[in-house]
Amino acid sequence: MSLPTLTLRGFVTVLMLVALALVPQLVELTGNAFLIDLATRCVILAIAAVSLNLILGYGRMISFGHAAYLGIGAYAVGIPVYYEIYNGYLHILVAMAVSAVFALATGLVCLRTRGVNFIMITMAFAQMVFFTFVSMEEYGGDDGLVIEVRSEFSRFINLEDATVLYYVCFASLLVVLYLVKRIVNSRFGMVIRGTRGNELRMQSLGFDTFRYKLICYVIAGTICGFAGALLGNFTNFISPEMMDWTRSGELIFMVVLGGAGSLFGPVLGVSVFLLLEEFLSGLWLYWQLVFGIFLILVVLFANGGIDSWLSGRSRRSHDS
Amino acid sequence: MTAKALLSIVNLHKSFGGVAATKQVSLDIVKGEIHAIIGPNGAGKTTLVSQLAGVLLPDSGRILFQGNDITRMPAHRRPHLGIARSFQITSIILDMTVLENVLLAVQAKAGHSYRFWANSGDDASLVEPAMASLEQVGLQNQAMQMAGPLSHGEHRQLEMAMVLATNPVLILLDEPTAGMGQEDSTRMVRTLQALKGSRTIILVEHDMNTVFTLADRITVLVEGQVIATADPDAIRSNPRVRQAYLGEELDSIPSEPHAEDSMTKSPPAC
Amino acid sequence: MDWTLLTVQFLNGLQLGILLFLLASGLTLIFGIMDVVNLAHGSLYMAGAFLCATFTQWFDSFFLGLLAALPAVAIIGLLVERIVIRRLYQRDHLDHVLATFGLILAFDALTQMIWGPDGQVIPLPAWLDGQVMLTADIVLPTYRLAIITTGLLVAVGLFVLVTQTRLGMRIRAGATNRTMISALGINIGMLFSIVFGIGAVLAGLAGMMIAPITEASIGMGNQIIIVAFVVIVIGGIGSIKGAFIAAILVGLIDTMGRSYLDALFKLFMSVQNAETSAPAISAMLIYILMAVILAVRPTGLFGPRGH
Repeated sequence: MSLPTLTLRGFVTVLMLVALALVPQLVELTGNAFLIDLATRCVILAIAAVSLNLILGYGRMISFGHAAYLGIGAYAVGIPVYYEIYNGYLHILVAMAVSAVFALATGLVCLRTRGVNFIMITMAFAQMVFFTFVSMEEYGGDDGLVIEVRSEFSRFINLEDATVLYYVCFASLLVVLYLVKRIVNSRFGMVIRGTRGNELRMQSLGFDTFRYKLICYVIAGTICGFAGALLGNFTNFISPEMMDWTRSGELIFMVVLGGAGSLFGPVLGVSVFLLLEEFLSGLWLYWQLVFGIFLILVVLFANGGIDSWLSGRSRRSHDS
Repeated sequence: MTAKALLSIVNLHKSFGGVAATKQVSLDIVKGEIHAIIGPNGAGKTTLVSQLAGVLLPDSGRILFQGNDITRMPAHRRPHLGIARSFQITSIILDMTVLENVLLAVQAKAGHSYRFWANSGDDASLVEPAMASLEQVGLQNQAMQMAGPLSHGEHRQLEMAMVLATNPVLILLDEPTAGMGQEDSTRMVRTLQALKGSRTIILVEHDMNTVFTLADRITVLVEGQVIATADPDAIRSNPRVRQAYLGEELDSIPSEPHAEDSMTKSPPAC
Repeated sequence: MDWTLLTVQFLNGLQLGILLFLLASGLTLIFGIMDVVNLAHGSLYMAGAFLCATFTQWFDSFFLGLLAALPAVAIIGLLVERIVIRRLYQRDHLDHVLATFGLILAFDALTQMIWGPDGQVIPLPAWLDGQVMLTADIVLPTYRLAIITTGLLVAVGLFVLVTQTRLGMRIRAGATNRTMISALGINIGMLFSIVFGIGAVLAGLAGMMIAPITEASIGMGNQIIIVAFVVIVIGGIGSIKGAFIAAILVGLIDTMGRSYLDALFKLFMSVQNAETSAPAISAMLIYILMAVILAVRPTGLFGPRGH
């Protein structure tokens, strides 16, 4: 790697991270407690979006069921807490393990198909999880479940403190970003990116692309399950609604808005999405009309998302 | 003959909806030779190569590679035996750099790629052989460029570099000079000539100049059937071949190799 | 066994299957011919329901309201195709999914602007609101029978259109082999518009027919559209026949599963276990069905073989 000459893209990335790191201080200065809620939500969804980007951006697997992992992760906190099991390490472990198993089981079916079928099947499996939780009356069914007590880790990490919770989420985001950066530049990541570009060629080179894609799919699901566990702790209330397929749609939009296939793009996408949502919803009751039209316009006219705009090139070239 | 054969095709048969595309083809490929498969359009050349590559499964018959039956082995496992394929339609990964394309090929040869942590672009055990392959085809200066915008000829050279990077025993080449200009095509022929003797190559090619310049032996397919297998001179004078296919086209081929070809066309030991 | 309940549940399943077919048949054609993923198909279903509610009020007749709403939905569908979908044909699936997702948001908000947040009730005329006595024991709601009959008639009509007419021949050609239509020198833009329009009308009709039972409500299409996707995946993309068989199958399995799975489970597990697990399993049934069918045939029951 050459010494960094700070590009616009690099500048924005650093600025973003510094700003996120200083959110609690900013809250103290302004006394606006709502800001930390927004920032926590943003950071957690950014983890989910970064994990989705691993399969969607780098692997071109258009999964429309990624919100299911957010739900699975959240219920992996909610259900143990319901039985008065508060061990946070256990929560995280269950969240990631169940997500991994679900990703493996559904991935085995989904990845056998391609194109439109893949999109619809990932969507359908997520919907299956949605209805499964709706039908579980014991855990609140449709109405959801209140998480009375947040995950307990150690004396020093008290998630009931909003600032601590925020920094735990922020540190997690940094770890996940680093993890994904390593993965996409590794041999494994090269195979995934090569498969996105030309799967047939990769097979003729001798790669069993199905297995690589499946592993990638499981990694992404597992990371998102982790994000779900954080989300459950943050909201204190979980319901099937958080894994509705429209939530998955929003996640995809966040990734594409920021720039699919770029490491930091999804973080930008989530930030812009949430700020815009916050701004518009305060402005007009029917803000979703504007939002929907904005989405359509982004698809039609803004290729490659914010990231390609920052780095000054269009990313459209790799679309077949 | 079978004893020395690197690849033996025995009574291979494949039909699509009742129409036979490969009719009881039997053929031995000898180690070290460039074996050209020629025939008119629709003769079943690509179908045959696809079966060798494992993309199509034959209806009956056997394919033996180094004595092992590979007839039903899945396509993605054959490269591990040393069988590499180059596509008729250029098949490279357009949104990666030239080097990355070849890196993937080296990686494929290196066995599994379940390494999730180390940066593959810094891995000398990958980069060095990749650069060596690029030099073999003369693309070393374009290594860091994106593959997409390169010219058609360069795409074919890159494709060839990827094939070579897997260090294959047997190369299946489907029309390596298709759609190329004179200059690119001469360059490709020279690259292939340099491989003579060190690799075994099955070459499917329309351009008779290229075929007669490179091939040690030639098999003529007509309507899915082998009508002759012999060295270039014998093929040239074979009346059945002339009648079925070559005819006038053959007369335009110079009977001696090009003057610029320094390699002598000695037939392989068989 | 309660035969009335069984018959009614069977009819409910059939009715769900019919509605799914109306949604899925249009979707599968749009996929097959244009290769476009239209998530907003459920919005046309919703638009049909709301328009029908308003027109029913104006004319004070459900029947007239329905007749007026059909062309209105067709116009909305054509406008959507012209303004948004048409620009997506050359794009990849990710763009389709996102743009039509945006359409859903816009449609839901627009509907709320026009009709407010509450559902719209559609009163049925007396002759549809009654019940039919099949036997002394079995009494069936007239309107459900009417939905099923109408749906079956539309299905027959669609079969005739697709198999017997020139337009149908072109649609079939397009659905199985997209390059063929251009080779045949057919005006593709026109064909796409027509197919999209037909799809819109079918989806709208489904919404209109269900609204008197459920009310017209914001986002009503957003759940059933996923089930319609399941139907298409099971039936195979581009196949009307597949969509019909899969729709009826899914409708029946879903409805019957929800009603009878706990009884079935009680045969071999404790009452308590059966009552907790049956709802969850029955919610999963159609997805399990889909997974099994795809595991055997990745392109669905009647989908194109191979790639």
